[in-house]
Amino acid sequence: MKSLIAVLTVIGVLVVIWYAACVPMNIKGVLTEAERAGAVVEPEGARERRNLGAFGLVAGNGFAIPATWAQARPRLPAPHQVAIELWQTTVMKKITSKRSLVHHAWVTLSATLLGFGIGTGLGILLAVGVVHSRVMDMSVMPWAIVSQTIPIIALAPMIIVVLYSIGVQGVLPKAVISAYLSFFPVVVGMVKGLRSPDMMQLDLLATYHASKPQGFWKLRLPASMPYLFTSLKIGVAASLVGAIVGELPTGAVAGLGARLLAGSYYGQTVQIWSALFMAAILAACLVGLLGVIERVTLKRMGMGS
Amino acid sequence: MMANESDTPVVVEAKSLDLTFQTNDGQVQALKDVNLTINKGDFVSFIGPSGCGKTTFLRVLAALEHPTGGTVTVNGMSPDEARMKRAYGYVFQAAGLYPWRTIAKNIRLPLEIMGFSRSEQEKRVKDVLQLVDLEGFGDKHPWQLSGGMQQRASIARALAFDADILLMDEPFGALDEIVRDHLNEQLLELWARTGKTIAFVTHSIPEAVYLSTKIVVMSPRPGRISDVIESPLPKERPLDIRDSPEFLEVAHRVREGLRAGHAYD
Repeated sequence: MKSLIAVLTVIGVLVVIWYAACVPMNIKGVLTEAERAGAVVEPEGARERRNLGAFGLVAGNGFAIPATWAQARPRLPAPHQVAIELWQTTVMKKITSKRSLVHHAWVTLSATLLGFGIGTGLGILLAVGVVHSRVMDMSVMPWAIVSQTIPIIALAPMIIVVLYSIGVQGVLPKAVISAYLSFFPVVVGMVKGLRSPDMMQLDLLATYHASKPQGFWKLRLPASMPYLFTSLKIGVAASLVGAIVGELPTGAVAGLGARLLAGSYYGQTVQIWSALFMAAILAACLVGLLGVIERVTLKRMGMGS
Repeated sequence: MMANESDTPVVVEAKSLDLTFQTNDGQVQALKDVNLTINKGDFVSFIGPSGCGKTTFLRVLAALEHPTGGTVTVNGMSPDEARMKRAYGYVFQAAGLYPWRTIAKNIRLPLEIMGFSRSEQEKRVKDVLQLVDLEGFGDKHPWQLSGGMQQRASIARALAFDADILLMDEPFGALDEIVRDHLNEQLLELWARTGKTIAFVTHSIPEAVYLSTKIVVMSPRPGRISDVIESPLPKERPLDIRDSPEFLEVAHRVREGLRAGHAYD
């Protein structure tokens, strides 16, 4: 109960800050519209107002404050505007509609999940290689780290162009970018996890004359599970970012990235913000789902706390 | 060093064993000219200050370390061959049970690795759980057990595959005095019942004297044997034997041996 109050308080404060921020952000646009509609604005004329500070304008035109929360194309949409847009494009629209945010979220989600699957599989395989082979340890890890220093926004168009030239398009190029971002945390986490058994436990297996595969399946892999889940949670969020970024340079017609892009073309800030929130909700659901799977799995393994 | 006059078979024989570790600070001589014979059914304790090589010697027997000089045989084979034949069970200072396995499944681990049949696994797990007094705890996870019980489970795990040698590296070192006494008593009972050969590393004089038929006193830098004491105590040993004059006499000799090893400091 106490923590619920704390959580709601934080949300409340954020919403208040948000509403407050809308006022100076939108005041110029609101005053211009108001003046066109015949209201008396202080000072008169858009030119006069151009060099004035936003806070000064708010102070001189208190009547215009409510309008800053109700513009059709605000610079910063108010929370309720985003909420209404979200409601109308999810619950009120048929999923098959081109304007349904659920439809767009699904397009992005499918690429995210495919990329996450590829990235996780690749990450685990690389980690197994790194742990078992010194050569791979020395050669793979530096490249894995380098790969993450390249801005994905620069790399994404190239990946898409190269894949398109060999005839790969649709969900796969996006999934590749998504996998590119998600494999790294999995590699790092799994390498740490597979190396987590201490010397004593490895010695114990040696006294049983256990083979390497036995050591892997019976000791290293189960010991790495807590580490794996931690990296999966990071990886899935990175996957979503990758899928969205993958939609930006292609001029994709569907997906959350496409919504962001279209929104910014047409100055539809409400649409941009609702797409952003949809992405955040999606990420939260994915991470939350992994958290549930983690709890159940570790509990069944007897490692739950 | 000790002549083997009886005709009980020799299990471990070390002859002028040397072991030098290469470290970043140069060479460290962990064992120097170690000669020792362990007969079948012996309970041998290794006692000495840290750095005297007692654990290293045990690890050499287990083929976890390899000597740089001299020879050592286990059951007449090299330690490596003995390891492949799974001739010994090793008990570490920490129980080292897998947290994701129940006690029964932890004990089953070596059996799975060694390819025992399913029914044989069940039977053996049941038997050794009984042997260490843990019946009814097979389905518990390690964290549900006390430290002493965990260590008993780890002994059960070492016993499960019928190795005739038990190598124990300060198995009760992390436990409190009362639990330790209790486990010592149980260990003796278990040793009497199974007839295993036990090599036991400890830094407790009473523990060494109470348990052993043979006490190997070691001294450090370089690790070497300074005394080997054949215990005159009877095989049957209630806990209060520790107040008898014979016990105190052996303990005194061990203490003297330890002091002699430290004469220079």
